[in-house]
Amino acid sequence: MVIANDTEIKKIWQLLETVTDPEIPVLTVTDLGIVRDVKINGDSVEIIITPTYTGCPAMDMISMNIRLVLAENNYKNIRVTSVLSPAWTTDWMKEEGKRKLKEYGIAPPNPKQQVCNDKLFAADEAVQCPHCSSHHTHRISEFGSTACKALYQCDDCKEPFDYFKCH
Amino acid sequence: MTDQELIKRKLDYSLHLADTTLILSQRNAEWCGHGPVLEQDIAITNISLDLVGQARNFYQYAAELINQSNDKPIHPATEDSLAYLRTEREFKNCLLVEQPNEDWAQTILRQFFFSNYQFLLYQELQKSNDRQLAAIAEKSLKEVTYHLRWSSEWVIRLGDGTAESHQRMLQAIDELWRYTGELLNAAEYEKEAGTDPSLFQPQWLSKVKEVFDEATLPVPEKTFMQSGGKTGTHTEHLGFILTELQYIQRAYPDSQW
Repeated sequence: MVIANDTEIKKIWQLLETVTDPEIPVLTVTDLGIVRDVKINGDSVEIIITPTYTGCPAMDMISMNIRLVLAENNYKNIRVTSVLSPAWTTDWMKEEGKRKLKEYGIAPPNPKQQVCNDKLFAADEAVQCPHCSSHHTHRISEFGSTACKALYQCDDCKEPFDYFKCH
Repeated sequence: MTDQELIKRKLDYSLHLADTTLILSQRNAEWCGHGPVLEQDIAITNISLDLVGQARNFYQYAAELINQSNDKPIHPATEDSLAYLRTEREFKNCLLVEQPNEDWAQTILRQFFFSNYQFLLYQELQKSNDRQLAAIAEKSLKEVTYHLRWSSEWVIRLGDGTAESHQRMLQAIDELWRYTGELLNAAEYEKEAGTDPSLFQPQWLSKVKEVFDEATLPVPEKTFMQSGGKTGTHTEHLGFILTELQYIQRAYPDSQW
């Protein structure tokens, strides 16, 4: 039954690709890289997820939406388990997700982590403006509208924008 | 020590970590809508949110320990019952975190002393042989790195700012320094089931010196240090915090959001 199980798991991954982040509706949970594993045991399904930020209020909603989608597709005994280690990082975000973020108007996390350390007054990360693509931008605040974002402004088109900060 | 005793120590330790992060989260949240400028209002409440997230993880773990123990209660413990239905003397948070916000200087300094401590604590705790505590520390460390950098920069900005902001920082040091000793002095349960913070006391102090130097602020001489919070003897402020924080659950038991 190994093969049948594999197809089933693939099907579940496809369903998970329809579950979006309530705060950033263009991103799915698979784009974000928070689904760590899918397990099937008899007729029970276990989805293992990892939180982005410990206090992120979207996590409860995400795990409820995962259960809902699976229940709608006739899965029974659904369990969503949260594991903390290894800790989630923006490196796990898919390229596809980063592209969608930019289109949505949020600058995606830079591929190379530049400021995740305790060095004081570090230079602002060079973040590209999602509106006009200029790199001529500056940070307004390290903390933004949600735990995962920082607030930037473009010096060329003058638009303020959110940056999904490296983590 | 028997297994049961070790579990009791581990429970005390988890509750200490949970209470400390919850109370600071509550204090910082008092700034919501009152920050000096919008960006910093958002910053301090973001930190508050990170801390309540950490508190939830520690409370969930503590509840698990209680429900698995030999003398488990009739109604299983939950993260909510531990946060909302324990009394002042049962809370094991450090005294520092329950101190009033007063002005922005005092709030910033409290956060800096605390984040400096938490940054070192979580670096150690992530190596713990208790896998759940290690995982929580590993997960939270990245957030704490942001808190430490933000609060350090603000200490410098205020200390090396105007005559008034400098004066207010001096006042804040005078108010808060006496509560920093307890942070770095281990209670029994920390030694036996957790990480002994006195091991990283020198690093803590050297960070304070580095930031205070830059901020043109003096590091206080050795002085009397207040303690007791870790074992349930608190300053008069905790009761008021809990009255507000626990009001709904006390007035309307088991009410749901």
